Amino acid sequence: MDDDALDRIFKALGDPTRRRIIDRLRERPRQSLFEICALSFAQDGATLSRQAITQHLDMLEKAGLVRVEWSGRTKLHTLDAGPLRAAVGQWLQTHL
Amino acid sequence: MRIYVTSVPVDDQAKAEDFYTRVLGFRVKHDVPVGEDRWLTVVSPENPDGTELLLEPSGHPAVGPYKAALVEDGIPIASFQVDDLDAEHRRLVSLGVAFTQPPMDAGPVRMAVFDDTCGNLIQIIEMKDA
Repeated sequence: MDDDALDRIFKALGDPTRRRIIDRLRERPRQSLFEICALSFAQDGATLSRQAITQHLDMLEKAGLVRVEWSGRTKLHTLDAGPLRAAVGQWLQTHL
Repeated sequence: MRIYVTSVPVDDQAKAEDFYTRVLGFRVKHDVPVGEDRWLTVVSPENPDGTELLLEPSGHPAVGPYKAALVEDGIPIASFQVDDLDAEHRRLVSLGVAFTQPPMDAGPVRMAVFDDTCGNLIQIIEMKDA
């Protein structure tokens, strides 16, 4: 994993909204944008716009932490902890 | 002023009539030929004089992209209320209905989202304190 990939992962983790999205995708995989927005509103009372959530998801996807698959014509998001483990193992672990 | 009818745009009215009656359990209230299409409405048997749902043709060129964009993001075009969400979810799954969102708690409601086979996603909700 190169520095750019590490940057993308640690940047993606550097935001409470994105960390909450990761937490919820771990509890409940295969979520549509609608579901992610509904859960964020129901559990956090957050009034983030759909556009804001889309941008957070884009960052998580580019970091490789969220995988997209299709159910029919609906886009579903699932957590991929693989790159996270790799990033922790490659760099963070050396300091722990 | 009262809301007497609301609509969902359906790809095929005959297919929609089958799904909304045989699968969802609504009843046809009005079925009037209008040119090549029909003024086709259904009502809930629990409230036959209540608001009608118009199964409207989606022929206008703007409707296709609109529906596709909503479906991509998992956004339901209409929402119906049930007394027991989990029972209704089991019943619909047994009839082959595809859910994009299985039942989940969302604040004061429990909700799920399924594909109406006519180009739309539909939400069903149960009010927890009802």
